[in-house]
Amino acid sequence: MNIVLLSGFQSWLNNLKDTFYLNFIADDRYMYFLNGLGTTLEVTFFACILGIFLGAVIAIIRTTHDKLVPDLGKCASKYILKVLNFLANVYLTIIRGTPVVVQLMICYFVIFATSKSKVMIAVLAFGINSGAYVAEIIRAGIMSIDNGQLEAGRSLGFNYIQTMWYIIFPQAFKNILPSLANEFIVLLKETSVAGYVGLQDLTKAGDIVRGRTFSAFMPLLAVAIIYLIVVMFFTRLVATLERRLKNSER
Amino acid sequence: MSDNSMIKISGLKKHYNGGKIKALDGITTDIKKGEVVVIIGPSGSGKSTFLRSLNLLERPTEGTIEFEGTDITSPKNDINQLRMKMGMVFQHFNLFPHLTIIDNMTLAPIKLLKMNKEDAEKRALGLLKKVGLEDRAKAYPSQLSGGQKQRIAIVRALCMEPDVLLFDEPTSALDPEMVGEVLEVMKELARGGMTMACVTHEMGFAREVATRVIFMDGGKIIEDGTPSDIFDNPQNERLKSFLAKIL
Repeated sequence: MNIVLLSGFQSWLNNLKDTFYLNFIADDRYMYFLNGLGTTLEVTFFACILGIFLGAVIAIIRTTHDKLVPDLGKCASKYILKVLNFLANVYLTIIRGTPVVVQLMICYFVIFATSKSKVMIAVLAFGINSGAYVAEIIRAGIMSIDNGQLEAGRSLGFNYIQTMWYIIFPQAFKNILPSLANEFIVLLKETSVAGYVGLQDLTKAGDIVRGRTFSAFMPLLAVAIIYLIVVMFFTRLVATLERRLKNSER
Repeated sequence: MSDNSMIKISGLKKHYNGGKIKALDGITTDIKKGEVVVIIGPSGSGKSTFLRSLNLLERPTEGTIEFEGTDITSPKNDINQLRMKMGMVFQHFNLFPHLTIIDNMTLAPIKLLKMNKEDAEKRALGLLKKVGLEDRAKAYPSQLSGGQKQRIAIVRALCMEPDVLLFDEPTSALDPEMVGEVLEVMKELARGGMTMACVTHEMGFAREVATRVIFMDGGKIIEDGTPSDIFDNPQNERLKSFLAKIL
């Protein structure tokens, strides 16, 4: 009885060893995962920078519009702000109202149909998508600062931009950081649909290996574990940063 | 200036909802150099709106405000430049929570007056000593009591060496035992010849320190006179009933 069990375990172990070898070692297949991870991180990193830049611009347009327009008389800057605010709203509505995969495919097959760089297209698509969510995060952060802070800054003689820069943004940043980190993690996982346009990111790499070896369990599990490790690493990093910021306060 | 008026207000109106609500309904008065003007009135009388329009935190619908001979309501004049000369103290202090006390005080002088850091800090420390808080220079606002915060808010405004100080109910958010320390600082300023406009409910302060008291109701100035005129010899019925309720 025991012997049967033992030999069963042995063969299962051997089987495991074989599939491991087949999926990761044979033909240097681990390189697919490494390269895939590299691509995923690259796309996430640049898309994140683009997203934060776009988000900040949109958020500043929207909050400036909300705070200044009621006080402005008839002047050119009022109408410029109104137009910019309208465009910002169009952008937010479209980007948040459609799936990111569709946006990615439109970018790849329609807008940049002639371009060869899949990474660049993915960075643009995910960055523009993320920008819409980041914009709302930053806007909420700015709006959460008491209006008295703006008034105090203005009463000392700072103009609107100086008040924002020296007084509002430093305070807003601390409130924004957790949601921003969360958005980064969402973005990292969202890039897994990049395979739709043939970009060999981490998910696509696992899928390619699965197609070669006809075994699904190992490669997909590996992909999941790698995502998990990366996400946990960034979560830790942000927690440390947050603690530092809190310490500097008192 | 020949007539020593600091702020000249004429026909000031502030309307909301296209004129349905008249927060200010035609205010004309003068604040002269060295005057301590205390503005009193029931809530909703427009006294805070009036004070806040003096440095354009509220934009008036109509009327003009001249500050040291310059029309501040005209879009041609740089309001930021003018605000540097008009300090303001708020009901809720509005200190900057992310900066230490000394940085709260030196931010504007360094960035706007282009003072160097040492000079700005020297000035700030001198002022802190005057209000007895020089040992809190490195503290953050959250570590101070309400009375301390308001004293800091006053010296923060003073760091810009303004020609006039505007107080918007500076003691209304304080615990009763902290009102005295803030009023003491304000009295000291008044004795030093600072021009002040102050919305307050502290009638004792008004009686003792004010050179002039303005009573407002319904967005209008109802009575305007010396403290003894207003408190001991009120003419208007609304002022009489207001005083009867609070004294």
